[in-house]
Amino acid sequence: MKEEIVIAGFGGQGVLSMGKILAYAGLMNDLEVTWMPSYGPEQRGGTANVTVILSDKPISSPVLDAYDTAVVLNQQSLDKFESKVKPGGTLLYDPSGIHRLPERTDITVVPVDAVAATVELKNAKTYNMVLLGALLKHRPVVPIDAVLRGLKKTLPERHHHLIPLNEEAINKGMSIA
Amino acid sequence: MKGNEAIAHAAIRYGFDGYFGYPITPQSEVLETLEAEMPWETTGMVVLQAESEVAAINMVYGGAAAGKAVMTSSSSPGVSLKQEGISYIAAAELPALIVNVMRGGPGLGTIQPSQADYFQATKGGGHGDYHLIVLSPATVQEMADFVGLGMDLAFKYRTPAMILADGIVGQMMEKIVLPPFRPRRTDEEVRRQCPWAATGRHGRDHRNVITSLEMDSPKMEENNLRFQRTYAEIEANEVRFQEYFTDDAEYLIVAFGSVARICLKAIEDAREKGCKIGMLRPITLWPFPKKEIERLSAQVKGILTVELNAGQMIEDVRLAAHDAVPVFHFGRMGGVIPNPNEITDALLSHFPDAKA
Repeated sequence: MKEEIVIAGFGGQGVLSMGKILAYAGLMNDLEVTWMPSYGPEQRGGTANVTVILSDKPISSPVLDAYDTAVVLNQQSLDKFESKVKPGGTLLYDPSGIHRLPERTDITVVPVDAVAATVELKNAKTYNMVLLGALLKHRPVVPIDAVLRGLKKTLPERHHHLIPLNEEAINKGMSIA
Repeated sequence: MKGNEAIAHAAIRYGFDGYFGYPITPQSEVLETLEAEMPWETTGMVVLQAESEVAAINMVYGGAAAGKAVMTSSSSPGVSLKQEGISYIAAAELPALIVNVMRGGPGLGTIQPSQADYFQATKGGGHGDYHLIVLSPATVQEMADFVGLGMDLAFKYRTPAMILADGIVGQMMEKIVLPPFRPRRTDEEVRRQCPWAATGRHGRDHRNVITSLEMDSPKMEENNLRFQRTYAEIEANEVRFQEYFTDDAEYLIVAFGSVARICLKAIEDAREKGCKIGMLRPITLWPFPKKEIERLSAQVKGILTVELNAGQMIEDVRLAAHDAVPVFHFGRMGGVIPNPNEITDALLSHFPDAKA
């Protein structure tokens, strides 16, 4: 098993932390993982992306030119990564972030209206967990309990009371995708 | 955890006495992690943010002179600032660990990954005839492991060692097994291990004086000859490297650090198509695995070096290969990271026969 994933959007959308939680979930599930961020002055507003690889074998390159799955949250990211999804791969996108729809027909294209979901959840910060739920529905690379254990590992203890809310957001994402 | 974080945790666990640094992207997490871990409350390790890189390396010089296990870390422009101090530490025959998480240069350049400090790290860097032991980590695990290895080699040969990493392996997260705790040496153990250190007389009839200055030329030449004997010993004993798919390789890639992993992916893909490509990854950039490249150059039809620079290690590869086979370079600069396909394309453009 090997899943090569890119998550891309604006800084501040939780792109890097979504990747981190996914990577930790892989770790909890005894997989090899790499997490390679675009780093730079892009904490808020700039474009940010992260490459996460989950594999049952040692991983060579943390840097890729083709992905099994792409999660794109704005137009720049869609423009950059749509062509880099492997044939037969999966592209998840947030329709509220883009004005040109994906055009590929040889991949599974999944719109995820995560913004609407966060309104229903009454918490905008659950945005990336909704997307993670949507991702895991189409690419069940790690079980939910591994994600929750990953969350426990990445969240500081003072935020552990938010884990049920995150679980709810992941389930919401699974139901809308 | 991130490669930079691994370095910080490893420094505490390997029993370092002191870290002196100054923040610079992409290695600031080393200092940040050490400050968050607060080892001064557990192992007694000193962690200090100096007022500059120059101050930090001179604090390392001072700590090393007292036989302490000390280190500093920085990124390319900051490491340039440290060169005077590194030359002094080498001349005073002191153990120390310097970490360079390289970014694109020259000048302030960019904060993105690079390997353009290969010449600086392996050919001296500062003034005078000296070498650093240069370790090149490709994984987060090696970032941690080489903190211990670098320290041990530095003490074994009384010469500074450098971990020459880059922004990729500094910033990426991977699974890692941290080393077990090794207690810091007691003052008594330091005196026993480092009879040369400036730790007070303790009944000796002479004072230990640490200096790089020797105004008497014949004596300074003697010092240099002693340094060269040490370097020859290091070259004979400490060459480290890893080979991948070289058994039946017809073409060879030579790459170091994180870029070697991108090359490995390119090789895995090419091998699926039947291309017989192998790779040698130097782990010690100095001493350089000359003999191994010489051996492989008798076996393969061509060599491609892949580096995040304009072609620096290629000079050492060419010297080792003695023109037995053509040696070409592929690289990206200024913080641009090549993808695996670019590497395969570069190899095939120089060696069309490599195509199966």
